[in-house]
Amino acid sequence: MKKLKLVMVGNGMAGVRTIEELLKIAPDLYDITIFGAEPHPNYNRILLSPVLSGEQTLDQIILNDLDWYSENKIKLHLGKTVTQINRKERYVLAEDGTKEEYDRLLLATGSLPFILPIPGNNLNGVISYRDIKDTNAMIEAASLYKNAVVIGGGLLGLEAANGLAVRGMNVTVIHLADWLMERQLDETAAKLLQKSLEEKGLRFLLGANTEAIIANKDNDRVSKVRLKTGLEIPADLVVMAAGIKPNIALAQSAGLHCNRGIVVSDTMQTFDPRVYAVGECANHRGIAYGLVAPLFEQAKVCASHLAQFGIGTYQGSVTSTKLKVTGIDLFSAGNFMGGTDDVEEITLSDPFAGVYKKLVIQDERLIGVCMYGDTADGTWYFKLMRDGQNISEMRDTLMFGETNIGDVGHQGHDKAAGMKDSDEVCGCNGITKGAIVKAVRDQGLFTLDEVKKCTKASSSCGSCTGLVEQILMNVLGSDYSATPRKKAICGCTDLSHDEVRQAIKKEHLISQDQLRQVLQWRSTSGCATCRPAINYYLISTWPHEALDDPQSRFINERAHANIQKDGTYSVVPRMFGGLTTPAELRRIADVAEKYEVPTVKMTGGQRIDLLGIKKEDLPAVWKELEMPSGHAYGKSIRTVKTCVGDEHCRFGTQSSMKMGVELERMLFGMYAPHKVKLAVSGCPRNCAEAGIKDVGVIGVESGWEIYIAGNGGIKTEVAQFLCKVKTDAEVLEYAGAFLQLYREEAWYLDRTVHYVSRVGLEYITQKIVEDSENRKALFERLLFDLKDAPDPWKDFEKARVDLRQFIPIEKKDLSDA
Amino acid sequence: MPDKNISTEGLSEIVAVDDIPALGSRVVKTAAGPIAIFKAHNDQIFAVHDECPHKGGPLSQGIVHGTTVTCPLHAWNINLADGNACAPDNGCVKTFTTHIENGKVYLLRSEILSHA
Repeated sequence: MKKLKLVMVGNGMAGVRTIEELLKIAPDLYDITIFGAEPHPNYNRILLSPVLSGEQTLDQIILNDLDWYSENKIKLHLGKTVTQINRKERYVLAEDGTKEEYDRLLLATGSLPFILPIPGNNLNGVISYRDIKDTNAMIEAASLYKNAVVIGGGLLGLEAANGLAVRGMNVTVIHLADWLMERQLDETAAKLLQKSLEEKGLRFLLGANTEAIIANKDNDRVSKVRLKTGLEIPADLVVMAAGIKPNIALAQSAGLHCNRGIVVSDTMQTFDPRVYAVGECANHRGIAYGLVAPLFEQAKVCASHLAQFGIGTYQGSVTSTKLKVTGIDLFSAGNFMGGTDDVEEITLSDPFAGVYKKLVIQDERLIGVCMYGDTADGTWYFKLMRDGQNISEMRDTLMFGETNIGDVGHQGHDKAAGMKDSDEVCGCNGITKGAIVKAVRDQGLFTLDEVKKCTKASSSCGSCTGLVEQILMNVLGSDYSATPRKKAICGCTDLSHDEVRQAIKKEHLISQDQLRQVLQWRSTSGCATCRPAINYYLISTWPHEALDDPQSRFINERAHANIQKDGTYSVVPRMFGGLTTPAELRRIADVAEKYEVPTVKMTGGQRIDLLGIKKEDLPAVWKELEMPSGHAYGKSIRTVKTCVGDEHCRFGTQSSMKMGVELERMLFGMYAPHKVKLAVSGCPRNCAEAGIKDVGVIGVESGWEIYIAGNGGIKTEVAQFLCKVKTDAEVLEYAGAFLQLYREEAWYLDRTVHYVSRVGLEYITQKIVEDSENRKALFERLLFDLKDAPDPWKDFEKARVDLRQFIPIEKKDLSDA
Repeated sequence: MPDKNISTEGLSEIVAVDDIPALGSRVVKTAAGPIAIFKAHNDQIFAVHDECPHKGGPLSQGIVHGTTVTCPLHAWNINLADGNACAPDNGCVKTFTTHIENGKVYLLRSEILSHA
């Protein structure tokens, strides 16, 4: 088939990102041509500020070098401005006469600086701050001249002013509004910012209106700036940073509908469906975004449509701001102004220490944040905002930030800013902060996923994810692309866990092939990330109907034992409630001797672990143990740990062993999004450590207290009190209903702690405690699912255990004889 | 047994294609170490040394998707066709020639023994 022709006008970050996304998913669909007006390949425009202040060099900020274009067979026209689009005959024409035909056209023309319409605005020495050329002009001016005026005290203006000051110029910032960065900061924060910048030597004139720019005597360069008040400020260099406007001249001349930007749909198409637009030039639902994170989201959607997948829509972004001025910490997002009747505000202000925080809350949700001085928790607040999480339970402590962002395995650090470069962030893979910062800078990374891929940090247990996000944000400032609110399951689809679960229910999907077809998976047989998740979603949504697919399960759940580093397996027989008998112990001892088990160990969940068993011995070991599978290998019910309770203990108030055994028998064979551990203690001394379990049950004189969503491992978290019940039967019902809710709603690999922190305890209480009908229905669904649950160590056929895997093939003629 | 005849022609019969689980594998022990015989997408058959280039994990136990296997120990993705680890990881596992005839998988005896 002949390739389609894709022409892109504009060679900046949003456009090239779209091409990169497109090449990832449909590398052979198009012959691609790119026009760039600048003579440079794609570079990281937002790192111009560090270049200006001398912290980085131009070479360091190139994102795609010329080799990248040729490797991907992209025809590149550098230094050529496209001046005409002929939509009827489908070609574009550049200034120099270069003509390229297209089947699809992508406009990524970016934005232009807003030049104040005042006398003298075209004088030598008056520049804007948009590209490499401007940056070089500023660097040069700083070496020759003394006085600079920056018009505009927004993000860009302040970064320019700071850079020029660092390079030794006297800088005055003229700003129209009453405080700096009025679109990103409230007045209090802005005053703190102004104070710190003044300490760095900058001067500010606020509420100031520029009237004219005046030339020197020879009339060949700017010499001063005059305000409406008559005040004149000496200036050898004037930087116009009073805003940007979408660059739409080309689109307008081609008759494309524009309105403060090229108007695009949720699929990033303009009114001519062959023509797409992304980036700062595009107006999506009335907003032209100027930050990188939303542009990258647009790029992804646009690429998926160019690739003819026809899925994915862009629905707008929540953005946040961070100033890239070394030594100044500032963060704002959402509706940070507050001040209206329908919102509440929490503020913390310590002007002497230079710390200010304001949180804006509406309907128990965080909708805006403005921080100065201490921004370590910016990412966390931003995440709360994007997720629309109910914050009523943590309102008291919300202001003090997330107390344990990282969990364990990084020397107790929980604030990225305070870490040294040599400090370890990812304890699983031994990745230091310095390595992450370097990768982000050198390789132009923007998202958590990219950092995971390039450095492996946070790619194993994930407990350092919060820290890695913080580091990303600290390095990138406002250009940090937060993990999108809607997180796709994996690279095979753009659908989120929730969307897939809903589709399974609504479309009555019962097999993986069917699901991948109906939901238009990009891969024929999925990947190692989505297959186990989908398999779980199918069998938990349609129990006894959807067929379990062992080949989509991780090896442990396929071999029903736990793989070890040397390829041997560990075997943990079930001992309900942690109880065993002399006969069982004898059989365990016999098996351990017969199969020369190198290690026999007690587990944390009151079981016995036989480690180092060869895979081919597993069926025989199971048979000789004559005990059910302990499921110590599965995303499933693991153990119910118990104390001895009132049968023996002088403090016991309830029969915890009996309760534990009953719970464990009820839950036998229960698969879940992740492993599930319970504990039952017979009195509040809580010897079974019920406070750190997915469900913890604690006996008191008058009944049982039920705690949920505790965790002792990856995220140490104390379980939360759910309710108190009287009878054993109620314990089964409440605990069962909660676990079923978790099974039905949590994302695969979420522990209960993650699930409950996402939906909030209030939600659980409502569904389980207050709504008794719903509780009973959940409980019934659980029991239905678990009806006749097979023992995978015995009921091989029913548990769909493929026994062929345990038979190694021996070939005499392939051994050296 | 036809084995002997085939062996003299240099081929060794390993296993029936039907006896390998779809998107799964079987392991054959040889002088060159354990070799994993994979049945990947569309019943394509591949044979690779059953040791991940990373830390020696048994690739045969991984999840197979497309023509890739994900190592069960640390989730490296290995392309079964050429044995190369997928980016960002670097490494390569030895692949072996397979021959399919009448629904049976054969390996080349000389190739295996030369890697013994």
